Amino acid sequence: MRQAEAPKRWSDRLSDLAKTKDKALYIQLFKHFAPKVKAYIIRLGLVETTAEELMQETMLAVWRKAHLFNPSKAAASTWIFTLARNQSIDWMRKQKYPEYGLESWHEEPDDESDVCEQVVTSDRMAKVISQLPEDQAQVIYMSFYEGRSHSDISARLGVPLGSVKSRIRLASGKIKMMWSDDV
Amino acid sequence: MNIKHHLDEATLMSYAAGSMSQAMALVVACHLSMCTACRNRAHESEAIGGMLLDNLKPAPVGDDALAQVLACIDGLPELEAEPSGASLNTSLNNRASCEKAESFSSNNDQITSASSVPSPLDDYIGSSLEHIEWNRIVPGVHYHDLPCKTERGGVSRLLRIAPGKAMLPHSHDGNELTLILRGSFTDEVGRFTVGDIADLDNEIQHQPLVDSNEDCICLIATDAPLKFSTLLGKIVQPMTGF
Ligand SMILES: [Zn+2]
Ligand SMILES: [Zn+2]
Repeated sequence: MRQAEAPKRWSDRLSDLAKTKDKALYIQLFKHFAPKVKAYIIRLGLVETTAEELMQETMLAVWRKAHLFNPSKAAASTWIFTLARNQSIDWMRKQKYPEYGLESWHEEPDDESDVCEQVVTSDRMAKVISQLPEDQAQVIYMSFYEGRSHSDISARLGVPLGSVKSRIRLASGKIKMMWSDDV
Repeated sequence: MNIKHHLDEATLMSYAAGSMSQAMALVVACHLSMCTACRNRAHESEAIGGMLLDNLKPAPVGDDALAQVLACIDGLPELEAEPSGASLNTSLNNRASCEKAESFSSNNDQITSASSVPSPLDDYIGSSLEHIEWNRIVPGVHYHDLPCKTERGGVSRLLRIAPGKAMLPHSHDGNELTLILRGSFTDEVGRFTVGDIADLDNEIQHQPLVDSNEDCICLIATDAPLKFSTLLGKIVQPMTGF
């Protein structure tokens, strides 16, 4: 219970920022997230100066897009992760990472089922990942931290593509199951 | 929407991690735009990224970083706050759909045609399937290449296949994603209609056949050349670019 409070506090602050546009609140968010965002971008293999620049772009996007943050869908860290991910990929590829949104595509309006049952808080996920077998944790880290494609992971580890994918499926299944058991 | 074929879990994780090619990510984003079930799964996968971010050892940031960002903020035009609970803006990080929403309200043409093109794709082809410039491969089979980056000699394209026509039987060296935008086809896996995604890897050999009386239009991405199993396929492969 105590553990779940910290991430929730950041999500509350981010929602408040959207409503109030309060600079003092933004500065708190910046101080907490900017060094993590920069660390993530460096892990993706970008040099320091680029990471600094992309971190600033990401944190600027936090301000500009705060009104798009929905605390019932994601924790603040998850939302900021997706901003940092997209900024980095856009820069690396000089192309916009295809993003999804709620669609005008649907003939019928989106129904209740689009509401996530519950926001995944990171402390819970951390516990879950630490319980994964080594080979499964490894493919998760290589995907998320190093941005490696499944075929790249397959080549580096010297295991078939199919095995990489099944490790990821197993890891994902365990993460999501442990997460729901824990509710 | 009655979607029966969804994204593989490994594919969703790769999208969430940002570790898939632009070409594959486009197909995934389009399916997510159309499929509530997979969108919820994507949110869960992205939460893994949030967890990793939370657990990273912070890197030192420049002394003047905060000041620079605050200066940028002060230079920004005042953004209008969204009305709370606006349904269009409830998804994660939906820059694209937000911008779309704005353009829809000012342009009625886009509203009427929006239903055939998922928004991640209309960055590339506009909001209609009617004005695409098609190139012919063989009679009844046309393609339109998209400028998305691929891995290892893969493709990023739209295919238009006439009723009764089949793709040549093939298997895959890597992954292949096919999203149906119009019409339908049947292959060894099952029947695919609008919104369905065929998420295949090298374990599967198949031959999609268009099984209704309208052209089937699909968005396809691969991250390696296909392996054709017939002599004819091997002969035409250099011509088709697959
Ligand atoms: Zn789906
Ligand atoms: Zn295929």
